[in-house]
This record gives sequence, structure tokens and C-alpha cells, in this order.
Amino acid sequence: MSGGTFVGMPSFPKAAHEAVHNQTLRGNLRHATHTIRAKRANAVAEVSDWAELREAGKQIKDHTLRHLDRYLVQLEESVTAAGGTVHWAADADEANRIVTYLVKATGESEVVKVKSMATQEIGLNEALEAEGINAYETDLAELIVQLGKDRPSHILVPAIHRNRGEIRDIFAREMSEWGRPAPEGLTDTPAELAEAARVHLREKFLRAKVGVSGANFMVAETGTLVVVESEGNGRMCLTLPETLISVVGIEKIVPTWQDLEVFLQTLPRSSTAERMNPYTSTWTGTTDEDGPQTFHLVLIDNGRTDTLADEVGRQALRCIRCSACLNVCPVYERAGGHAYGSVYPGPIGAILSPQLRGTQSEIDASLPYASSLCGACYDVCPVAIDIPEVLVHLRERVVEGGVVTRDGAKVVLKPAKGHAAERAAMRAARWAFGHPGALRTGQRFASRTRRFHPRTLPGPGKAWSETRALPAVPAEPFRDWWQRTHGGKDASK
Amino acid sequence: MRVALFLTCVNDTLYPDTGRAVVKLLTRLGVDVDFPMAQTCCGQAHYNTGYRHQAEPMARHFSDVFGGYEAIVTPSGSCGAMVRELYPRMGERARAEGRGDTLAATLAPVVPKTYELTEFLVDVLGVTDVGAYYPHTVTYHPTCHGLRSLGLGDRPRRLLQSVKGLELKELPGADECCGFGGTFAVKNSDVSAAMGADKVRNAESTGADVLCAADNSCLMHIGGTMTRLRTDMRPVHIAEILASTEEETHA
Ligand code: SF4
Repeated sequence: MSGGTFVGMPSFPKAAHEAVHNQTLRGNLRHATHTIRAKRANAVAEVSDWAELREAGKQIKDHTLRHLDRYLVQLEESVTAAGGTVHWAADADEANRIVTYLVKATGESEVVKVKSMATQEIGLNEALEAEGINAYETDLAELIVQLGKDRPSHILVPAIHRNRGEIRDIFAREMSEWGRPAPEGLTDTPAELAEAARVHLREKFLRAKVGVSGANFMVAETGTLVVVESEGNGRMCLTLPETLISVVGIEKIVPTWQDLEVFLQTLPRSSTAERMNPYTSTWTGTTDEDGPQTFHLVLIDNGRTDTLADEVGRQALRCIRCSACLNVCPVYERAGGHAYGSVYPGPIGAILSPQLRGTQSEIDASLPYASSLCGACYDVCPVAIDIPEVLVHLRERVVEGGVVTRDGAKVVLKPAKGHAAERAAMRAARWAFGHPGALRTGQRFASRTRRFHPRTLPGPGKAWSETRALPAVPAEPFRDWWQRTHGGKDASK
Repeated sequence: MRVALFLTCVNDTLYPDTGRAVVKLLTRLGVDVDFPMAQTCCGQAHYNTGYRHQAEPMARHFSDVFGGYEAIVTPSGSCGAMVRELYPRMGERARAEGRGDTLAATLAPVVPKTYELTEFLVDVLGVTDVGAYYPHTVTYHPTCHGLRSLGLGDRPRRLLQSVKGLELKELPGADECCGFGGTFAVKNSDVSAAMGADKVRNAESTGADVLCAADNSCLMHIGGTMTRLRTDMRPVHIAEILASTEEETHA
């Protein structure tokens, strides 16, 4: 679990295999998700107009996405007017090049970071490191992930897969490599762990001249960026450095300040089950002698406009990264976040990554199947993303191919490899179901040969029957019984 | 009242007892049941695995077979949800793809007339006490499509609570998926099996003899897991419980 990147991931089932059989991981995940699940349900139940808030959030996001071109231009104008500089990045490489250039221009070789999914999506830390720049994560969970040479496994709690004992060991072993070492005799009590992190990080905050952040929202009318967080470390990163570079996905925009009202209610309740975020920081350009004197906003596309071109799939761009869908997902709970092969795990990851990256790789072609379609994610999503609908839509893309938009151009995808046998079976079943006579012949044959049926299956069904016994085929299918009893008029026979 | 039984391909082939139970139960309640012999499959497995275009002729066939009935009753929450939730969507998408209104118009008549069994009993017939007798401890698993797509709510539990001799036990984590999910069970076998095992352990913790649900697909998965884990519990379709009577138990 090292390396920190998700490049070259195996398919979801293979990646999940290990996690399913790792008892510590399963226990950590189960405990954490079940706790937050129950709290979220309570926090949501307190709000009498939750359904309206959810609908409002959905509408605001849909409206914004429909007019994204207009709002992005407005945002650029407002940010520029407030003293900031806007940069546009079409993909990860371009974004990394821009940020690296901006950091180098300051003459610094280290930056402090507030937790940001966008920079993880593009692999910014690795890109900076390659240029001799150290990026220090300051969010507690991110710090744990970074020190553990690990990958994040949850949107909100990237170290959800770690328990207190593991965290203590990571701090004791790694902190000295990065700066101030962990105190002698560190125990695994939350207070001691938090204090160790606080002292370690303070040194970084006071030294850093450059901060890198993401943002939860960007307000087009004023050019304001918004970060919500629980620890206050983000606020330090946003205010102490001389230069602030914010890297944000283009879909994070909302038209007006008033729109925030909806999300500042739904986001905390959905994510941490709190009524309000402990820290909500907003920043608009630069102000003389207060906060960073230089502000850059790097807007990244990286597959987003391609996703926007897809009528069914584009709803994934409404996501406000609350992580509620992860916490209720029974598949996430067993497979863990790493199996999804991206910074976006769980149900949202299963629909977002194959759209942002395309369905060509092994992991991306397998993600739309990483769900039993139970629908729990759709139920909790505060912006009503119909995740099961998008999953089925993407499954169709994987098995049948079709027209998609990549890099702004329409391309025709071939069906993914490895589905030929399944496609043939589906066609055969379809044919039988269109011919009731053939179906009946097949049922009768199965009934007559029932004594010879194996209780485990060969081929792809093998894994199924190893853990679950197959039902025995009955002596007579229902339709034969029905006919024998003359339309079942005398049902007691 | 004359209704069509949409048994589903899984029940027809593997669980004829459930079909016989539905016929017996509805007949007892004075409903005239027909089983249209031309019925096959609603197309759910095709649709959900991504073969949406292949599911379309199946949906059309379903409408041809069932369109003429007053009501269509099915003992399967997920197949019921296929018709009620996804048929309208298939129509909409055909329209969006410029193929006109034909598919939507063909499918529309069956959508509002399709009822899952417990829904039909409670909402259409207006009964919760169906005169059943079942002297066992039972725990109820709501199944995802019954719970979230169809919104069956407490209907099945109200029906079970009215069964004489039956003791109902609350299932911990009832609203969590059992891990079946059609082709998911094969494609993500490890995760599916882990979910099934947790469901069975939760069910066992109730001390019930029987785990009941309104969908044999989920019961097949849960029952198969029970066999492999060697538990003494049995999976039973709710129709079979509601069809049982005192006379036959004592006969
Ligand atoms: S998809 Fe919905 S529930 Fe999941 S993280 Fe995004 S906003 Fe939250």
C-alpha cells in the first residue's frame, strides 16, 4: 500500500479481494461507517425541510452546470478584479506544470497544503516532489496518510482504514523524517495523537511561505472561494503564507452567495453529521497587509467538460464530496477505499472516475460493476445524484461501447474486452425469453436432469458456488404445474 | 377481480412452490388468478448488466402478455421495480434517442397496474390479516428494491404480524443489502459473499427459525449462504407463510 498513487490499479474485484479478507481493515471500516451512518440519519432527521433542501441543491447545481461557460467567465472576472490571477488547466499535467511554475517563481522549496481532492486527483504532491519541492499535508487524516506512505481511502476521512494503534506507530516512526519528531512514549489516546500532530504541524505553518488549497465552492458573483473543515488547519494554510495557490475543479462553482445557504446546511449534516462546520473559511482575491499577498486560482478540467457532455452521467458533477454515499455503501464497507483506484472511492468514485478518465483501463471498466445497485447511496445523496442509474448507464458503455466525448471530440468506443461470453449468454437468454416454447423446453430439461446437477458451478459461476450453495432445480417448473391443474382453478391440487 | 400472476423467470424455474402459494393465497381471498403462459422475463438482468437494448424487446413482450389485465401481481420486489421504475425510463430514453414515443406508449399501460404481492394485498385488497397460521419465529429482510424502489414500507411486516402463531423478530441491519445484486454476485463474488455472510449472522442473532423476504433472488443468495455456513435457519418466501393455514398444518 505504498507509492501514494493510483496508477496501474488492478480491476475492482481483484483489488477488493485482499481487503475483504483483511479482518483489521474490515473492522476499522465497519466501525467507522456504521457510527457516522447513524449520526447522519439523526442530523438529517432534525431538519424538517430536508427534501426541499436536497431538491434546491440539485437545481442550483444543474442550473450552474448548464451555464457553466457563463459562470466561469464571471468567476474569472471577479477573481481578477479582487486582485487574484486565474489559470486554466485542461488536464492534470498542465495543472501540475502551472502550480510547479508558480511555486518555483516564489523561490521556495516547500509548501503547506490544506486537504484537497483536486490536487490528489492530479497527483500534485508527486509532481512537486519531482521538481524538488516538498508538499506538507496539514489535515490530520491527510498527514496520517502522507506519513504512512499510504493512499487516501475516504473522501472526508482519508485515513478511515487506520485505527488508533496504527496511527501511533506511524507517528512514532515517521514524524522525525519530515520535521519535528513525535514525543517519547506517545500513546494511542486521541488527545496525545492530536497534540503530537499539532506540534509537528505548527512548525510547518510558521515557516511556510506558500500554501496550496482546494475549495468546496467558488462563488461566481464575488470571486470568493470557500473551504469548510473541522480542524482549523486549513484556515492556517489559507491565512499565514504569503502566496496562496488554490486548485479547484471547474464544477465547484455556484452563482451567488445566497446559493451557499443550501449547501452550508446539507454538506455538514451529510458528511460529519454536524449542524454546522466548525470552520468555514472564505477568501476573495487579496487584501493589503492581511493574509496572502499573492493569490492564484488554478481551474482544472481534467475530464469534466467531457463528463458534462453526457446527459445521464453529468449528474455526477453535482457532487459536493460529502461522502455520505461512501458511509452507507455496503460494498465500500467491505472493499475499502483503495480498491476503487482513485482519490474518489465508494459509489461516487464508481461513477466519477470512469467518466473523468474514460472506461478503457481495467480498473475503470470494472468500477461500474462495483455495486449491487441497492440504492442506499441515492437515498442519502444531498444533491440527489441517481448513482444506480449512472452505474447502469456506464455498464452499457462498457459492454456495448457507443459514442462518448473524450477531449472535447465525439469518439466511438468499442465494447470493453472480456465481455464476449457474457454478451453471448445475454443474447441467448434474450432469445429464449422471446420464445416461451424454448424457455419451457429448457426448464423441462433442467428438471429432468436435476439429479445430475452439480452443486458447484464451473467457469465464472465457480466463485459464487464456493461460498453459496445453489438451489436444487424442482421436479416441475411452475408453468407445467399450472397447465396440469387446468389453469390452477382448483389450487388445492 | 381477475388478476394476472407475473411469477418471474426465477420463480417459475426454481421456486414453483412460491407460485403455488400465491395462487392459493389469492384464490382464498376471492381473487380470480390467471397465469398467462406466454410470460417469460421482465428483462431486469439484461438491463442492469448494461444490455439495455436487449431488455427492450423483453419489456415489449411483457406488455403484450400482460397489457389486457386489470392488475398484474408479482411475488418479487425487484421484478416489480423493474416494471414500475425502469420501464418508464426505457420509454423516456427511447424518446431522448430520437426513436419516438412508440416504446413509451407500449410500456405505459402495464406500469401502474403492476403490484408486488404485499402491496396488492394491503393497498388493493385492503387486507392485512389474510387468515394465515404459521407457528414459527420469523425475521423479515426487506430487500433493497422492495424497500427503496417500491417503497413497500411496513406492509410486509403488518401482514406478518397478523399471522397466527407467528413470532416476528426484528432483524439488525435490516435495510442493508444482502449482497446478491444479480450479476454483482458473480462479478464481485468476494464482496457479495461477505455481505451475505453478515446478513446471515445478523439473522442468526435474532434466534428466529425462518428468514423471510418478498424476493426469491435475495433468498436464493441468503439461503445458499446459510447452507455453506451450516446454520439451522431456513429462507422462506413471504407468500408461502401467508398461504399457510391452520387446517393444513394440523392435517
Ligand atoms: S455523490 Fe452525493 S452522497 Fe456521494 S459524496 Fe457526492 S454529494 Fe455526497
